Amino acid sequence: MTGASGTNAANAAKDAARLTVLSIGPQVTVQDGGRPGHIAQGLSRGGAADPLALLEAAAVLGLAQPGPGLELAGFGGRFRAGADLRLALTGAPMQAEIEGQRLDWNRAHWLRAGQVLSIGGATAGQYGYLTFAAPLRAPLLLGSPSAHLAAGLGSVLRAGDVLEFGPDPDPALPMIALAVADRFSGGSLRIAPGPQTGLFDASCRARLAETDFRRGAQANRQGMRLEHPGAGFSTAAAAGLVSDFVGPGDVQMTGDGLPYILLAECQTIGGYPRIGTVIGADIPRASQSGPGAPLRFHWVTTDEADRLRPDPQAMLAALRRTARPVIRDPATIPDLLAYQLVGGVTAGDDLDRGK
Amino acid sequence: MTDDPQTRSPTRPEILPLGPDGVVLRVALRASDAASARVQALAAALRAAPPQGMAEMATALASVWLRFDPALVSRAEFLARLSPFLDMPADPPPAPVLRRWTVPAAFGGQAGPQLAELAALTGQTEAAAVAGLCAADLRVLAIGFAPGQPYLGLLPPDWDIPRQTALTPQVPAGALVVAVRQVVLFANASATGWRQAGRCAFRPFLPDRAQPFALRAGDAIRFAPVAEAELAALEGGDGLGGARLESLA
Repeated sequence: MTGASGTNAANAAKDAARLTVLSIGPQVTVQDGGRPGHIAQGLSRGGAADPLALLEAAAVLGLAQPGPGLELAGFGGRFRAGADLRLALTGAPMQAEIEGQRLDWNRAHWLRAGQVLSIGGATAGQYGYLTFAAPLRAPLLLGSPSAHLAAGLGSVLRAGDVLEFGPDPDPALPMIALAVADRFSGGSLRIAPGPQTGLFDASCRARLAETDFRRGAQANRQGMRLEHPGAGFSTAAAAGLVSDFVGPGDVQMTGDGLPYILLAECQTIGGYPRIGTVIGADIPRASQSGPGAPLRFHWVTTDEADRLRPDPQAMLAALRRTARPVIRDPATIPDLLAYQLVGGVTAGDDLDRGK
Repeated sequence: MTDDPQTRSPTRPEILPLGPDGVVLRVALRASDAASARVQALAAALRAAPPQGMAEMATALASVWLRFDPALVSRAEFLARLSPFLDMPADPPPAPVLRRWTVPAAFGGQAGPQLAELAALTGQTEAAAVAGLCAADLRVLAIGFAPGQPYLGLLPPDWDIPRQTALTPQVPAGALVVAVRQVVLFANASATGWRQAGRCAFRPFLPDRAQPFALRAGDAIRFAPVAEAELAALEGGDGLGGARLESLA
């Protein structure tokens, strides 16, 4: 390449795509859709605890496919950009700012070269996601950049780490925001029959759906414990039961009859009996429920569960349809006078004519 | 064959849903040689002629798990395509062994702190227990709990001993632990309710190894006794701990 523009492009490529981790919460990992295909070797798919948040990020950043993001468990960190980076904040809302300017959640933002992005604690929910439009260049471990800490794959981010990115596919895209329904405060989880549902008697299964649960203090990417007043949920078939396949969403009953919902990084085989499986569409709500959040179960049939099966491409298309360009509030524009406010004179009915 | 309804194989596996795109074909609720043989026979048939829409398969001790691709088939269509595989003999011959491992292992002492307890529970001397564990022609019945970690079995019926009531806080990577006629070879240090008979330098999963997962379901394994002092020289390197692999295909 020659000429000034070529040199600029080369310089941009050299330090374009860097982000330095200045400080970091204790459980921040790279996550994408996980690595399917290894169940026979005892490795669960893993991936984002709240896969919907990565789809939301793809929608606001205009990405064709959801890419990997940083999963921020409970707390974020401080990050300095080496070049302009377009980013999305999705999942559990967290306190966030760039250079003193507070950032709204569920939308795209620019982090300009040299600026510092600070993300604090979650104000609701468990897992926030920081995703960049520029593709993250992270080493693939068995085909995925996702950390699977239970399997010893990858590690948490540490202060001093430097993330590198390829070129932003669409830097001219306007800033986009999504209106997102609350899935961060517990609520109703639909549960479908699994292989061992029939080992629990009908009254036990009915009682499950009549009980008010709260998310317990114990939770991580492998699963979350629930608590409730009253008797546990048990089956006489538990003793001597052969270990069998388990999957994310399975509601297993440990020895004391307390439900434990398996999540993204669960094992592949387990010995505890499982009363049913929380459907994929409600996994984000389950994963995001914070300590003490109220939870109820609502039984659905296998057919209903299959009809509600998440289709990532359809979900991404639906999210794109609800995405709206961000309308800036002039009060939040720090250098208002620098803006050309009347750059183009129009008849004032552009929006109406657009309909 | 026993008449216990928990172990008696139904004429056809139960077809059960697991998650949005999973099907479990369950041949029994308890582990048995017959259940393992049926699982392996079913898996071999499905592997030889995968039904359209099948995306992934795995075996456990008494079930086969299948993932279908909902973009290609509905659950109902997939189940219809599985139907021809379900009529199978209750006692199929054991699947042919394609690969056989011989894994050096030390028993008793520091390497197997609960060998004496296991010998007592199985009513034999420690020497006889070690001889029995090393004579057993074991199969990888399932891989799970941790990546690459095998459930091996089945040991002779006198090894049908329960798990401990209390957990051992930690056994090291390579620990060989025993319960319910099975041996688990721990991939990583772990708590366990099973009793530790021995230890080996074989690591079933190393992410950076050319073949990260050493074992496959159906592999045959035999343990070759070595002195505890010899284990140190087998540690590290490719993580195979001096194991020998013969291909019988």
